[in-house]
Amino acid sequence: MKLNVNGAEHEVDADPTMPLLWAIRDLLSMTGTKYGCGAGLCGACTVHLDGRAVRSCVTPLAAAEGGKITTIEGLSKDGSHPVQQAWAKHQVPQCGYCQPGQIMQAAALLAENPSPDSDAIDEAMKGNICRCGTYPRIKAALLDLAEPAS
Amino acid sequence: MNRYFDLSRRRFLRTGAVGGAAVLAMPLLGRQAGIPGAIAAETPANTDAELFVALLDDGRVEITCHRSEMGQHARTAVAQIVADEMEAAWDRLFIAQALGDKRYGDQNTDGSRSIRFNFERLRLVGASFRHMLAQAAAAQWDVAADACRVEQHKVHHDATGRVLDFADLAAAVGTMEPPPATALTLKERSAWRYIGKGKAIVDMQDILTGRGVFAADVRLPDTVVASIERPPVVLAKVESFDASEALKVPGVIDVVEMPALTENPVLFRPLGGVAVLATNTWAAQQGRSKLKINWSASPNEGYSSGPFRETLDAATDAAADIHADRGDVEAALAAAAQRHAARYHVPHLAQAPMEPPSATARVVDGVVEVWSCTQNPQTDQQLIAAMLGVEEASVRVHVTLLGGAFGRKSKPDFAGEAAFLAHKTGRTVRVQWQREDDIRHGFYHTVSAQHLEGGLDGDGRLTALRHRSTFPTIEATFDAGAEVPSFETDLGLSDVPYAIDHLRAETGRAPAQVRTGWMRSVANIYHVFAQQSFMAELAAAAGRDHREFMLEAIGPDRVIDFAATGSKFANYGADFAEYPYDTARLRHVLERATAMAGWGRELPKGSGLGLAVHRSFLTYVATVVEVSVSEAGELSIPGVWVAVDAGTVVNRDSVRNQMEGASVFGLSLALHSQITVRDGAVEQANFDDYVVARMPESPARIEVEVVDSDAAPAGVGEPGTPPFAPALCNAIHAACGRRIRELPIGDQLRA
Repeated sequence: MKLNVNGAEHEVDADPTMPLLWAIRDLLSMTGTKYGCGAGLCGACTVHLDGRAVRSCVTPLAAAEGGKITTIEGLSKDGSHPVQQAWAKHQVPQCGYCQPGQIMQAAALLAENPSPDSDAIDEAMKGNICRCGTYPRIKAALLDLAEPAS
Repeated sequence: MNRYFDLSRRRFLRTGAVGGAAVLAMPLLGRQAGIPGAIAAETPANTDAELFVALLDDGRVEITCHRSEMGQHARTAVAQIVADEMEAAWDRLFIAQALGDKRYGDQNTDGSRSIRFNFERLRLVGASFRHMLAQAAAAQWDVAADACRVEQHKVHHDATGRVLDFADLAAAVGTMEPPPATALTLKERSAWRYIGKGKAIVDMQDILTGRGVFAADVRLPDTVVASIERPPVVLAKVESFDASEALKVPGVIDVVEMPALTENPVLFRPLGGVAVLATNTWAAQQGRSKLKINWSASPNEGYSSGPFRETLDAATDAAADIHADRGDVEAALAAAAQRHAARYHVPHLAQAPMEPPSATARVVDGVVEVWSCTQNPQTDQQLIAAMLGVEEASVRVHVTLLGGAFGRKSKPDFAGEAAFLAHKTGRTVRVQWQREDDIRHGFYHTVSAQHLEGGLDGDGRLTALRHRSTFPTIEATFDAGAEVPSFETDLGLSDVPYAIDHLRAETGRAPAQVRTGWMRSVANIYHVFAQQSFMAELAAAAGRDHREFMLEAIGPDRVIDFAATGSKFANYGADFAEYPYDTARLRHVLERATAMAGWGRELPKGSGLGLAVHRSFLTYVATVVEVSVSEAGELSIPGVWVAVDAGTVVNRDSVRNQMEGASVFGLSLALHSQITVRDGAVEQANFDDYVVARMPESPARIEVEVVDSDAAPAGVGEPGTPPFAPALCNAIHAACGRRIRELPIGDQLRA
């Protein structure tokens, strides 16, 4: 199967039912995307598929083939994406394990809605668990990024 | 990428070529003495604790962190302490992660002790370097060393304006003897430039770009992935299994029966079961799902947590093991103008860090090499050496970043599994636990029942308090059949600070029938939930303001002499002289948190403020929660205010982050989380039934005040958790009159 990940074409030899997560991590050795639950419950594995945030642990390869996949490694080359910069400014991470998923979810939110309010942020981010409890900082970072509604 | 520091290979290096760099390895020998000594002079007295800082010939400083990083920012704090005393520039240092090696001394990243145990010794290492750099520059310039000023990676001779960079001095420093401690002058607090400030964490960029290496991210050539089906009930064994279907799954390489766990104590040993090895994680999981296994009976299958509640209540009423006793509680209760009693229950809980356990192992030339998200690599060494019959020194444990831990990763059963499979198959094996494995095969926070009774005099003043608690003890994990708790009684039971004449703390006995382990703040969770809720109940019974009632109970400012007042409280292993229990500090955090929250202000109907205050891990924390409860029983939390006095703090922002996170951790266990057991097997499996807090229910804001203090550094990772649940439940009572005595709250407010 062919996968387009971060702008590069990859040929993978895998069962089309294999979740995208394991193809990214095990077959392509890109380990920024994390495993947390395997059931679409925690958001640690969030990537973009054609610009939308999806849970790669429950997205079969068959559904990802032909689409443009972006992982945390492809969000920016150097951590310069506005979401990454806001995360640094607000010192969001504790252990950091869930943060690639949080960042990908947040980036998809802002691409769709540049001016989310608190409720819109809750709605977009409720699928991403942070067991360290960095929610207040994630929200502060996102409110900081939100453009004033015109 | 994480860097690992291998003590065994570099231990005796003073100067010389290591990868083309001149290296100075600076040990600090003996935590108690805190005296830097010569590297080669290894004696039994000074082999127990070494730390390393290396000055490379390009002037960069490599600081080795021997504590595990699990989100508490230990790697950053260690760098702040060393670099401050050394006057190293922040952008010219980097952190190596220590392998497990008992010569570092304690590496058990648990009990909120990383700074407490290491603050002074790390400062001395940094100061030693600063001293030597000044000496080296002085020699080069032929001036007095005390005329040389070390600042931000440079040594200055102000009289002549000469300046040398650390890089210019690395070679000379490498030939010098480390100074005796008596030659060292530590910086004044006012001169600290990193300690006490909110430095950005050293791993920030790696985390934000996905380059941080957690256990499952280790990539070695020809690694196979193992997924293990473990017994549903602890001590059940594989009687027979059929792997034929599993072996047909493309990618599956091998199926291996794990060594059975057959008897108590369970220790940290793997549970047994059957492992499926495959070329990738998905294939291993698919293969595992096709195993057919017949399990034996287990002595634990008679355990169900529902009916066990009555056993715990009965044991609580028969409590006879005494941990604090002063005055005559029974007589005082009998004589009280008003008596009040209540029972509290807290369920089993799972730590559920976002990173499920994972470890990679390989065996090369008799050396077992392990990469693990472990809180204590020395425990991995001990377990694996015992399992495989090798020397501990032949087990090299690399500590990756930990994706959360909360106590789960102090138990290296998962690394033991990887080592066993690598040894058995000759392959490089990565064991990957699924979330379901993490929830079902944990070392659980214990289940508890408590009964409190208090007496009030005619003026509504507390005169007597009796606290009875029963919970299967963590001791049973190490001592088969143990039913008498040990250290747990120090966590919120024997350390009651109230200035009352009649006080008694007792425990009942109960057997552990699941693997029992510690979880962030451990027994403080249930003891403080009960005791701080009960104080609010007493205040309400007396018709008094809770804050005023608490301040009166805490009484006059004093240092408590627990032994003299009938308590066995051991102060978290710390010296009472260095870490006194100072009620002025307890009072102060309570006053600050309530002031921040605007205690006493008018609130709309259905809203309330609740407070709780407690000292744990030598740190004083008060939490005030504002809650709003709708007619339908739905909760929202507009604000949380936390005041924390942890003594001297290293990273002020990380302390705030820990208090915020500990509050959310407390929120999860207060609102939702519980592990239930039926016929010996855990009933939950993933985040749909083991529920933790998500953003929408997280407090809208959490304000943290870190009290300025010159006191000795105390714990930070855990003490924020205990006060949250009782503060929330006290707020709920204030808001709607409902008293929560059983966690989680679940749908109790909807009933």
